[in-house]
Amino acid sequence: MKKFGLATGFIAVFLVSFLFSPRMLAQQDIQVPPPPLSEDFFPCMECHADMDPNPERRVLEEFHDDIELAHDEENRWCMDCHDAENRNMLHSASGELIKFEESYKLCGQCHGPKLRDWKAGIHGRRTGMWNGQKEYLLCAHCHNPHSPRYESMKPEPAPLKPGKIK
Amino acid sequence: MSVKKTVLSPNKLNRRNFLKAAAVTSSTAALAACGSKEAREEFLQRDFRSLSQDQIAKVLQRLETQYEREYGVKFTVSAKEPIPETFFGYALDISRCIGCRKCVYACVEENNQTLEPQMHWIQVLEMEKEKGVDFLHSNLYYDHEEVPHEGHFYLPVQCQQCKNPPCVKACPVGATWATEDGIVVVDYNWCIGCRSCMAACPYGARHYNWGKIQLEAENINPDTHYLGNRPRYKGAVEKCTFCIQRVREGRYPKCVEVCPVGARKFGNLLDKDSEIRYILENKRVLILKEELNTQPKFYYFYGT
Amino acid sequence: MKFIRFLKESFQIVIRGSKRYYLWLAFLFILILWGGSGYILQLKQGLLVTNMRDSVSWGFYIGNFTFLVGVAAAAIMLVIPAYIYNWKPLKEVVIFGELLAISAVIMCILFVIVDVGNPLRLWHMVPLIGKLNIPASLLGWDSLVLSLYFLLNVVVVSYLLNTLFYKREINNSKLTPLILLSIPIAIGIHTVTAFLYNGFAGRPYWNSALLAPKFLASAFCSGPAVLIILFQILKKTTTFEIKQEAIWKIAELMAYAMFINLFFFGAEVFKEVYSNTEHLVHLKYLFIGVGENRDIVMYGWLSLIISVIAFLLFLIPATRKNVVTLNIGAILIWMGVYIEKGIALLTPGFTPDTLGQIYIYRPSAIEVKVSVAIFAIGFLIFTMMTKIAIAIIFEDFNIDSLRRKKALPAES
Repeated sequence: MKKFGLATGFIAVFLVSFLFSPRMLAQQDIQVPPPPLSEDFFPCMECHADMDPNPERRVLEEFHDDIELAHDEENRWCMDCHDAENRNMLHSASGELIKFEESYKLCGQCHGPKLRDWKAGIHGRRTGMWNGQKEYLLCAHCHNPHSPRYESMKPEPAPLKPGKIK
Repeated sequence: MSVKKTVLSPNKLNRRNFLKAAAVTSSTAALAACGSKEAREEFLQRDFRSLSQDQIAKVLQRLETQYEREYGVKFTVSAKEPIPETFFGYALDISRCIGCRKCVYACVEENNQTLEPQMHWIQVLEMEKEKGVDFLHSNLYYDHEEVPHEGHFYLPVQCQQCKNPPCVKACPVGATWATEDGIVVVDYNWCIGCRSCMAACPYGARHYNWGKIQLEAENINPDTHYLGNRPRYKGAVEKCTFCIQRVREGRYPKCVEVCPVGARKFGNLLDKDSEIRYILENKRVLILKEELNTQPKFYYFYGT
Repeated sequence: MKFIRFLKESFQIVIRGSKRYYLWLAFLFILILWGGSGYILQLKQGLLVTNMRDSVSWGFYIGNFTFLVGVAAAAIMLVIPAYIYNWKPLKEVVIFGELLAISAVIMCILFVIVDVGNPLRLWHMVPLIGKLNIPASLLGWDSLVLSLYFLLNVVVVSYLLNTLFYKREINNSKLTPLILLSIPIAIGIHTVTAFLYNGFAGRPYWNSALLAPKFLASAFCSGPAVLIILFQILKKTTTFEIKQEAIWKIAELMAYAMFINLFFFGAEVFKEVYSNTEHLVHLKYLFIGVGENRDIVMYGWLSLIISVIAFLLFLIPATRKNVVTLNIGAILIWMGVYIEKGIALLTPGFTPDTLGQIYIYRPSAIEVKVSVAIFAIGFLIFTMMTKIAIAIIFEDFNIDSLRRKKALPAES
């Protein structure tokens, strides 16, 4: 939870996000809640506007020091996804700006089959109507973009053994 | 003479006592048969499939009053019919499931399963990656600090909604059948409780009310369906219905909605644009115990 | 009208008897009451008072049911030689076989009733009134053939006793077809009961074509074994008579049946052990245990060993014709088949369950109590019916003797 926390600007605010009015995705009749951005950090430009972008791979010390990059970390660094000029946006490999609300476009550059499955409703959780309006989640709702492996959790209690059922 | 007396009297007494005991037993029957109007109606109620629309309406009303009296919650019991042109299918992504059992307990709440004695419609089996789908080496009672546990994967099993259901064949009174939209349901008021269907089911998907059911008033789901999640009775069998009370309204089953990893998929097999058809088309699926020719509509697939 | 008179007079026979007879009845009534209290508790609290659970959903009740279906079916064991081959010494004991069959069927029906969660709803099974699901449901068929077999035996026995009571000639043209009909139905009740298990494709332990033949073979052992024991008791305690050769004949037939039963068992064991698929696990559970669970291993071996001993006792003419070894053999066969049907057939079929989980089932005190009560009811019915039959066949209880008795006090 820590690494997924404050400094990244991404926080899992599932409950809150469900309350916000979902917005329609451009091409499809699918709905997503807003991205899990932290109000403490977003908009990013509030700080980054006055700072020079530093593309150097380094140990982050003052801010965002809890980010643990475990996402093809040998080949990537912040600016590969975050836009250096406009920190409120992401950008694709071709330099096209991408809103956080449409971050799946960024993810889909590498994870094409996953994006396809996600659009079809096969990858990720769906809620709503099987024959109508569905709610989608963004990739970042379940996967921390910096360390996307799904985290393990405590299971609910085991069922009682038959001999204990009284 | 005295000998005869001592022998005879306990005998007589016994007979009297026995008659008394027999009277107690048969009075239960009598009570149901000719006691209150409600009890009489309940006792004489025909099986669901041979009830007319009017009769169904009366039954639903009776149930609503009974349930409110018993559980102190206002219930709605619907008998909503299948949506035309639907045939439900389900798919579960084995590569995603982490064995957290969230579905198990959400199902208990949604479907008003008895808390004590405990009942779970969904059984999550922990299996060794090395062995594959192997029931004999699976563990239903795993209890780790965290899941998924190293070297293991998880296979949740619930009613497989067979197209060729052995349970339906086994029932001596026709209290269980497959509906037009492909859900195997039970008429809890017609089931005699012989458990033939449980012996017949190859998936352990049928569950019996061994005792009186107990629900927590604050966790009761009052939106119910006659063939689904309405409170059940001691001595009757029940099972997963794909959340008939939800899916006939167009909603996803509860387990689909609560699965944190999105491993559970549901849809209309007759709709070529549905999620379930996408899976059949683009993923490779497997069914459990295919050699038994039960033809489940519950598919397992590897999403990755 | 005449039949009502017969029933009335028979009732007099039933309620009068020796001190020993009353003691026996009192003992049975106490058992019925004691066990009946268990059933009342079960009615109140549900089958939760049993040790059956979802994993092992049938237990002691259905095990007893299965055993008793065999006992009931075995009446034909005596009917076939007696009527087809007209073998005289057996003919007179046939009626007692049928009385046993009637009692056994009643016990069967009671075991089903106590096993069912909603006994009040049993009318759902009555054809025309309820909705009997045949031809699909084997339990549906079972209830049908059992009722038919019950009715048939009641008719045959009432006709025989009524005719003997009035000292009339037995009308063979009427009786023979009924008796001939009862033979396939007797085979039917046991076959259908075997099919009830056999038809579950998801339970490999039962899903073997040998199950029904094995059921019949074991029934041909257990039914006559019960009869031999009962005949010995009746011979000692009443005026009942039976020719020794009749018992030897029965014992000889039992030896053949036991051989076939053991052979079938061996064939099953070979198939499972040699092919060594995962289905072997059920047999393992019975004979060596699975993991820590060795609960019923003792019964598996006990049943096998005593069946083999009994087979040898009945095979060797010297031991077959010796009263002591004959009775030991009969008791061993009875025990062997009882364990086989009650424990070795049922529990391993459910363990491990269809999802591979193991629940060690053993009957609860309530299950034992209720079962004892049902056996007591069966014994009670058998005792009463046998008393009438013995009176008619051996004690000169008939219309003539009653008239004579009535006439006597008037003269004196």
